[in-house]
Amino acid sequence: MSEVLLAAENVTKQFPGVLANDDVSIRLRPGRILALLGENGAGKSTLVNVLFGMYRPDSGQVVIKDETVDLHGPDDAISRGIGMVHQHFQLVPPMRVVENIVLGDEPTKRGLVDLDEARNRVVELSERYGLEIDPDALVEDLPVGMQQRVEILKALYRNADVLIMDEPTGVLTPQEADHLLGVLRELTETGLGIVFITHKLREVLAIADDIVVLRNGKVVGETTPSQTSESGLAEMMVGRSVVLQVEKSVATPGDVVLKVNELEVNDDRGQIALDGLNFEVRAGEILGVAGVEGNGQRELVEAITGLRHPSVGVMEIDGEQLTSGSPRQITKKGVAHIPEDREKHGVVAVYSVAENSILNRYHRRPFSIRGILRRDVIRGHAQDVVDEFDVRTPNVLVPASSLSGGNKQKLIVGREFSDEIKLLIAAQPTRGIDIGAIEFIHRRILEQRDKGTAVLLVSAELDEILGLSDRIAVLYDGKIMDVIDAQDADREKIGLLMAGITD
Amino acid sequence: MGQVMKPQQRQLLYAGLTVMLVVIWIFYSANGPQTTAVLAGTVRAATLLALGAMCGMIGERSGVVNIGIEGQFLLSAFAAFTIASMTGSLFMGTVAGIGMGLMMGWLLAAMAVGLKVDQIIAGTVLNIAALGLTSFFYDRSRSLGMGKYTNIDLGPLADIPLVGTVFFSRPPLTYLTMALLVVVHVALFRSVWGMRTRAIGEHPGAADTVGIDVLRLRYLNVTLAGGLAGLGGAYLALEAVGTFSRAMSGGRGFLALAVMIFGRRTPFGAYAAALFFGFTTALQNQFQLNNTFDIPPQFVGMLPFVVTIVVVALSGLVGSMRDPAALGQNYEKG
Repeated sequence: MSEVLLAAENVTKQFPGVLANDDVSIRLRPGRILALLGENGAGKSTLVNVLFGMYRPDSGQVVIKDETVDLHGPDDAISRGIGMVHQHFQLVPPMRVVENIVLGDEPTKRGLVDLDEARNRVVELSERYGLEIDPDALVEDLPVGMQQRVEILKALYRNADVLIMDEPTGVLTPQEADHLLGVLRELTETGLGIVFITHKLREVLAIADDIVVLRNGKVVGETTPSQTSESGLAEMMVGRSVVLQVEKSVATPGDVVLKVNELEVNDDRGQIALDGLNFEVRAGEILGVAGVEGNGQRELVEAITGLRHPSVGVMEIDGEQLTSGSPRQITKKGVAHIPEDREKHGVVAVYSVAENSILNRYHRRPFSIRGILRRDVIRGHAQDVVDEFDVRTPNVLVPASSLSGGNKQKLIVGREFSDEIKLLIAAQPTRGIDIGAIEFIHRRILEQRDKGTAVLLVSAELDEILGLSDRIAVLYDGKIMDVIDAQDADREKIGLLMAGITD
Repeated sequence: MGQVMKPQQRQLLYAGLTVMLVVIWIFYSANGPQTTAVLAGTVRAATLLALGAMCGMIGERSGVVNIGIEGQFLLSAFAAFTIASMTGSLFMGTVAGIGMGLMMGWLLAAMAVGLKVDQIIAGTVLNIAALGLTSFFYDRSRSLGMGKYTNIDLGPLADIPLVGTVFFSRPPLTYLTMALLVVVHVALFRSVWGMRTRAIGEHPGAADTVGIDVLRLRYLNVTLAGGLAGLGGAYLALEAVGTFSRAMSGGRGFLALAVMIFGRRTPFGAYAAALFFGFTTALQNQFQLNNTFDIPPQFVGMLPFVVTIVVVALSGLVGSMRDPAALGQNYEKG
């Protein structure tokens, strides 16, 4: 068996304006799990794409099974035994499991696809690795965890002895994620090596044999789980000490601000997405909505902010019936919205930072008078937001598109918080931004709560929900499974509810 | 996938077929010659639609919309007619028709796949170009000296009453089309090529990550599918009509798309749909010939198109058909 299964040696990759990988070396040995840890933009994806043959390094080399190789494309990597499980599954939904697994490398008999032979091979593989699957099921009928299993089998079918897993637990419930970690551990016992890419510190400590931390395209640390801790890893990722868990005082809930009664909402295809929701949020408390994505979170946020009209039910804000109100009517009641998709609903990319800072009140004094915008007032306001919310930008006249994700998010938060607000709807408020910005935004959300704002926090990150919420509602298949007090909540309990299991 | 039917759908299909056979038998007993004429006309009209529908479905299964079938028919008919007339060989004319179809398919691929032009615009370019070019170069004095393709009786099969005349005493390109239905069906649903083709129409990214060259396969498929439309053009000029006239495809390239959708993008489904639409055409012809109704012939001539609108609208209501997920989208690597 080879000494080194897969390695990058002094890989440097330059993109216009960014040095994505700067002299990066990693080394994966048989039977081991190498965790690649880093924030968004640290260079993880670039490195993996180099290893998988999607990019060619400017300098440095890729080594597969002790042999320096020159990869010309993914096929090259696949034929040398590298398998990749992408973050967004690369499966054809209306095709069968077996067809998806053999696609591109089909067994044939007399010129036609030999599906019987394919099925035999798939069954044999799934038995050998203990990955049970129905080869004739349509992929579109399978739950996400099973689809991921198809992806792993796809790699094993191509005789992979290295698996690259890109953020594999993002779409799983905590139990499914634990199960996956177990499966990966078993796979390594056959000599397989695994590169595990993630930003979740806990998983790294649970599964990795070796840990490599990337920051700004450079390797900033190599360690093992026994030598480090969550805060140690976070410090390496960010380059300074960070607070993972913000300090939180006890909530003092006041009057009901948001009240939702028997709310039913359809999704884009007209299917029921929310099925008779009842809940309320009081002033000065944070209600966290946990759940695997796609269980109605988006529709819930859109219904409350006026972007989608419920088919049945009543929504009251501060005692006023606002079901099917327009976004402007709702905003006027003192509702702030941090949208899930900041590029699409949060900022207008081609507008300047200043213009973006008044998107929710450009039509009001003092920002405009009789339909004419007042530039000086707007710029002054924007400068205040930028200063107070630590938005890193050369000035307020550059387009919002030139800001990084974290700075865009801080700009949005600053805009939404610069008025007196009664209710905050925060959807995935820290998705894809750096730890420093996450910490900052978490503090600001808690500050709002302490000022008496009612907060509805929707997040797919369970740690965020557990860290900020006072009460936690778990959404599954359009229904609230249960609402529990934060002090009674733990990952286990919420994980089961996220999978729709109640006892 | 399209070829899988639910049990109820299957039952419905068998029930429908039985009713149809009973109706045909009743009509045949009442008026033999006329029933035979209508059904023979049905098969004649269905051939062109089936070829166009197969051209369309290979493109759409790969993710490329082809609304240029009308133009492919027309220019191929022109090429087939001109070459047949020059060389005096129907076979050479047919080859020229197919060749022209392939060229137009390649042109569509170059625009829609290579240059990533909007697929609807690329198809429209073909239609307009075909109408303009054929009108400009059309030479009225040309004719087919040797006449068009004639019927070939398939031995004793041709002697079966009704069925023999309708299916087994046909000209060669009709037989070829029937054979192609089987070939395309097997290719689409059983071959490696077909599996990959369906994959690139549904999720090109998935195909790409397992080493399938999406753009190359789309290029190939759109070009090859053009050959089927080219055969349709040759059929139109050399077998159905026996001459070329301006805009002779008469909207049947578009009708073929309706046939393709109604047939759920499967060859046999498309042929069933083509027979249905062909039947309305044949019926309309028969009505006009016999002056069955005392109304202007233009109104009777509308029948196939009215039926198209109704049927397509109804099939939309039923909503059982789903387009390939990547239909009409250009694929960018990465």
